[in-house]
Amino acid sequence: MNLNKEQQDMLDGRMGPGVQLAMKVQVAIGESFNAERLVPITRAHVALSNQDADQWLAKKMVSMGAKCKVPPTVNPGFSLCWFKDRALVDDEDYAFMKATHDAYRALGAKLTYNCTPYIDTNVPNYGEVIAFSESSATPYANAVWGARTNREGANSALFASITGYVPEYGLLLDENRKGTILVEVQAHMDNDYKYHMLGMCGKKIGHGIPVFVGLPKHISKEALRNLGAELNTSGAYDMYHIVGVTPEAPTIEVAFGGKEPERKVIITDDDLLTARDEISIVGNRSIDFVMFGCPHFTLDECLHIREQIGKRRLKVPMYILTSEHTKTTAKLMGLDEALEDKGAHIVPATCPDQPSWKFLKNKVGLTESPKCAYYPKRRGIDFVIRDLDTCIEGAITGEVQ
Amino acid sequence: MMSQVFKCHKIVEGCVEADITLSKDDIMFYLIRPEDGVMIETGHDMEGRSMAKKILAFPSGKGSSVVQADGLFQLMKKDNQPAGMIVERAETVLVTSAIIFEIPMVDKVDPAFYETVQEGDHIRLDAVNEEITIL
Repeated sequence: MNLNKEQQDMLDGRMGPGVQLAMKVQVAIGESFNAERLVPITRAHVALSNQDADQWLAKKMVSMGAKCKVPPTVNPGFSLCWFKDRALVDDEDYAFMKATHDAYRALGAKLTYNCTPYIDTNVPNYGEVIAFSESSATPYANAVWGARTNREGANSALFASITGYVPEYGLLLDENRKGTILVEVQAHMDNDYKYHMLGMCGKKIGHGIPVFVGLPKHISKEALRNLGAELNTSGAYDMYHIVGVTPEAPTIEVAFGGKEPERKVIITDDDLLTARDEISIVGNRSIDFVMFGCPHFTLDECLHIREQIGKRRLKVPMYILTSEHTKTTAKLMGLDEALEDKGAHIVPATCPDQPSWKFLKNKVGLTESPKCAYYPKRRGIDFVIRDLDTCIEGAITGEVQ
Repeated sequence: MMSQVFKCHKIVEGCVEADITLSKDDIMFYLIRPEDGVMIETGHDMEGRSMAKKILAFPSGKGSSVVQADGLFQLMKKDNQPAGMIVERAETVLVTSAIIFEIPMVDKVDPAFYETVQEGDHIRLDAVNEEITIL
């Protein structure tokens, strides 16, 4: 790989050992993908996870004197004060999260603790070269905003933040951004949840860049968030196109770069149902809690939930995971208080896959998000998956069909 | 039987000898039990099988951009990580995890390898010289 003077200085350790390590790994990544050079980034998002490997690396970079040249926004671990105030977290887990917080603070990251930065706090422009990790963020940045990022790992995104560069390969190059699979959606896409399920059809869609046709003209930001999140749960997708909707796909011809699709796939209502039944535990049962917000819920979704609950009360607790600033806005609007009054909690800056949820172990939850159901499996928490309004009803009755 | 040699492309250097285990499905290391390296993902081609200390051949990585690395880290803490990895489609999250944790890894393997190799074959993965040998 050809390096300029500054990049070579970084690799030679003239900017300190932390920068040197970051550059060394990035050069190795670049070489494995046959990149010819490194290019500067203007923004980054690190999928902080508050797990062993994440904290180990962040601390290691701090101890090696690294600082973020392009300060990244970060994913959530769990909210220290929300869980502490309710005595829901033990001292050991609290101390662990605090150490993660301190490490990222020392690195100079923007401590947004939000996994949907592309909706509010870190929105790229068309064509901007960036380094985004977080499975829902990479496809959103590429497909919806037309920015350019590879499917960075939390670690490679952190290295990009530290050096300010990424190797130029993959989706940074025009020719690799074109669609390869034509996906004709015949399913009825009448709510945002259906996009979760469309994303879960990764096995049927197969490897490549899907070009969706047959979707409605207006698709909400929440639906697009869901689609990207699940494409990356069921497979490894960093880009897709929706003809007539996303900016690099005004027509089918442009989306495929004038080439023929390698494959054609049809997705029907049956496919969505099959995808659901493969990952959801069976219904017709009582449930212990309801969880939303993987990825983080928006203010509009919080408003929808309050509307749907109406004058009723919840029988089982509902946890709505959002960003800190959505929580703040909800407080300003009286929405937070209104939901609390019903038994629904807006939990800020928290991910479902965190030790702070230990108190839910061996309980059965209800969610509209396959991603939410997928990762906490390792923590002994199982979920029934249904659409959002069915989940809200489930919280009111304590049961789900 | 004569040993057979196949060309490949280095991602992470190193040279290891071990039995091979083959997965038809993409791999997310987070849903593998650290205590014995057994896949716990429901419906996965490798469900119930262990990859501990074996050379793992699989199509690609998938899933989260962060717990992929944590999954490997947890396996390494119990010394149950794969000895080496052979992938068909390298992707950044997987590649970065392998580089950080120094697990020998190759891609672009001669297609004849996949037609020849059987589950449990003893192989040498030589990423330095970009060769895989079925011993």
